[in-house]
Amino acid sequence: MLRREGLSKLTGRERYVDDLALEGFLWGATVRSPAARGRIAKIVFGDGVDWSEFVIVDHTDIPGRNAVYLMEYDQPALAPGYVRHVHEPVLLLAHPSREVARRALREVQVIVDIDPPALDFRTLPSPDLIQYGEDNVLKRLSIEKGDVERALAESPIVVEGVYETGAQEHVYLETQGMLAYLDDDVLIIKGSMQCPYYVVKALKPALNRSEEEIRVIQTPTGGGFGGKEEFPSMVALHAGLLALKSRVPVKLIYDRTEDMAATTKRHPSRVRHRTGVDENGHLIAQEIEVVMDGGAYLTLTPVVLSRAIIHAAGPYHCDNVRIQGRAMFTNSVPYGAFRGFGNPQAHFAVERHMDVIADRLRMDPVELRRINMIRDGQTTATGQVIGDGVDRLEIVDRALALSNYERRRREHWVRNSEHRYLRRGIGMAAFYHGAGFTGSGEVLLDSRLHVEGHPDGGVQVLCAATEMGQGQITVFTRLAADRLGYDPSEISIAEPDTHLVPDSGPTVGSRTAMVVGRLVERACDDLCRQAGEGRGASLKDAIIAWHSAHPGEQLLGRARYEPPPGIEWDEENYVGDAYGAFGWAAHVAEVEVDLRTYNVRVLDFVSVQDVGTVLNETLARGQVQGGVAQGISWALLEECVWKDGAMENGQLTNYIIPTSGDLPPIRVEFVESPYEHGAQGAKGVGELPLVGAAPAVLNAVAAATGRQPTRIPLTAERLMVLLSNGHARGEAS
Amino acid sequence: MSSRRDNPLRISFTLNGEPTTVEVSPSERLLDLLRYGLGLTGTKEGCAEGECGACTVYLDGLPVDSCLVPAYQVRGRLVETIESLDPEGMAHYHAKGTTQCGACTPGVVMTAEWILRHPDRLETHPVRELMAGNLCRCTGYDGIIEGIEGALEDREAG
Repeated sequence: MLRREGLSKLTGRERYVDDLALEGFLWGATVRSPAARGRIAKIVFGDGVDWSEFVIVDHTDIPGRNAVYLMEYDQPALAPGYVRHVHEPVLLLAHPSREVARRALREVQVIVDIDPPALDFRTLPSPDLIQYGEDNVLKRLSIEKGDVERALAESPIVVEGVYETGAQEHVYLETQGMLAYLDDDVLIIKGSMQCPYYVVKALKPALNRSEEEIRVIQTPTGGGFGGKEEFPSMVALHAGLLALKSRVPVKLIYDRTEDMAATTKRHPSRVRHRTGVDENGHLIAQEIEVVMDGGAYLTLTPVVLSRAIIHAAGPYHCDNVRIQGRAMFTNSVPYGAFRGFGNPQAHFAVERHMDVIADRLRMDPVELRRINMIRDGQTTATGQVIGDGVDRLEIVDRALALSNYERRRREHWVRNSEHRYLRRGIGMAAFYHGAGFTGSGEVLLDSRLHVEGHPDGGVQVLCAATEMGQGQITVFTRLAADRLGYDPSEISIAEPDTHLVPDSGPTVGSRTAMVVGRLVERACDDLCRQAGEGRGASLKDAIIAWHSAHPGEQLLGRARYEPPPGIEWDEENYVGDAYGAFGWAAHVAEVEVDLRTYNVRVLDFVSVQDVGTVLNETLARGQVQGGVAQGISWALLEECVWKDGAMENGQLTNYIIPTSGDLPPIRVEFVESPYEHGAQGAKGVGELPLVGAAPAVLNAVAAATGRQPTRIPLTAERLMVLLSNGHARGEAS
Repeated sequence: MSSRRDNPLRISFTLNGEPTTVEVSPSERLLDLLRYGLGLTGTKEGCAEGECGACTVYLDGLPVDSCLVPAYQVRGRLVETIESLDPEGMAHYHAKGTTQCGACTPGVVMTAEWILRHPDRLETHPVRELMAGNLCRCTGYDGIIEGIEGALEDREAG
């Protein structure tokens, strides 16, 4: 089935939030803090604009609680006199002219009495930097399995390594944007977002309004990648405050520079591994410490840390595992959700470390993975018994075969010894990703979904799941059509509008096809039951007949989330079944390193993924290729340059994402192991491909150069330092 | 001090085949004229500095970033936007996954169509290189390249 909204996008007819206009609307703009930490001493309004033409909102205009609520109330909507990060919102402006509104931003000076900021998450803060709890630790989590201390002491070989990853900006091509206006007494919010009900949740306490008085509608969304999970609540709240004060519609659209500088990014991390192995490479003990930079407010950091530690031991079996995680408060722009949600950081470390261990043992890194790969009946770090029947070694073997791994390796040995300045290498990563919310998260979400039979026999799916490019509209259409025996053209997907659709949970965590898609199927079954059974044409007749018998009534099939049987999770001790299903995958990357320029070029990339049943080959392949591309560029190109807590390179001119010329064709193959509780057997697909891309690329660089890089992005500058440091082989230990 | 347009300029040009006359301010970008002045919202703003290509239009038949073109400079010239393209020509892009979120898509399609109209460029540059002026964050570019290659095969056969 073709992407349903595809033609509309290809012809430019799709209407995004900035494509909408309302009579007499104002352009919003956000005045931000210039400093990372301190008390706002004064706000000076310059005379370059006529301020009487403006609507101005500050924290005293907030009717309810001054917070953008999600997990906690810690993050103010507008700074109430004290700022904790650069670009923290201080004031909101609105004006009929976009140009004048932007000019006005340069006319406002926020003067801050600066306090010393905490900017390094890796070092313990001195007393004057403590701003959260007793030690600036936002969250601590740990996993304990077996007896790590004894096992490490008894291990004949212990290999250590420290691995670091940088911040990553989402660079969705459509920047953040919201439109807000009043319809009678209802505040309408329309805009670019992944989670309409998160926006409602944030607006209720801040605006002191009920759900009936707030109506959130998602507009077609030009990419999210997690960047439109929590942050849109802030933009919506700001647009809403301006609309409430001005009583006219307000459009608040970030330009690229503001979006890059002020919105959330992937959490920087430092992961330390201490691994006990025997001479044959069997893992005896894994001791892992995961430290993340959380930034100045909590956002979703505790959950990101949680996913990171749960996956930190990699797709391997080991009897003795200790994983300790902590997320640090710093005066950085808050970090937040980004595709993979902590797992890419975890897997960069463990999959890089596996190659370092193999190097130490003079062992084939593939063989090391093969002998430790978790098998059915064995347990993960949290003690979850894996028993999904997936042949994980087959996934690895397919990736090796498709990439000609062995032949390429031999060719590289010859070529590298002959070429003056080009070095080729091939590397792999094996990895996994839990789909859906962690532990009991899905139960707490309590997702609901409706399928409505219309008087003409047509069917509409009502849910809060959002399309942001990943293909949700197309996949849900197919799921409903297959279940009902309908033609896809007879199925429509309702616009996500919180006054019309039930809360089917956020569109995050690779949960949409698997979890919410299953609700589509079950709601379809309920519709069939209510209409009087039957499928296809007979169901259509039954729906039409039902409406004749019940004029003016609504025929709704309903579904509510029910956990798969046998899932048990101990949130207190991090023991048990962390996820209902895992996706498993292997990547192989082939690179060429130029010793003159220190440029790394990815020549070939093979990805083999088990995401359960593939619901739409083109869409799924697109998810894998796009995820791999983001992983490759996180590994090699994307560097946030910081100065005093501010991103210095918030432009696409100097924050580099890859062009078509920077990437090889990404070759994708699926291994389908259906998951019985996912829609048609589907597991999550959105995040998994990103998770293993960076370590695969860096393992290839290690193979090409004989050195062990441990930090990404591995820019030309970093590679130069690594390669010219002589005995850099020991960098990881 | 004033929020009104200072010293508006009156210009005439050809937009998607139609003679068009408008008033623009000296600092107005072609992108803003198209989107906010004329309601042609198919052309998107991605970066506003000529890096991403989301705002690609044809100026006298050549693809340009409309965020970098002052509106007054199109006086007397031919401007074509995504709205001028024939939807019938999108089948390969549709089938191969050329679009995902759609924000870069109009610019991508404009460049792609320009390549299809100038196949001689392919003698010296592969599609992958010719598309390097349009950033896409969703596809990893394979869906874009395959869509163009499919369309190329069609045109060669036809």
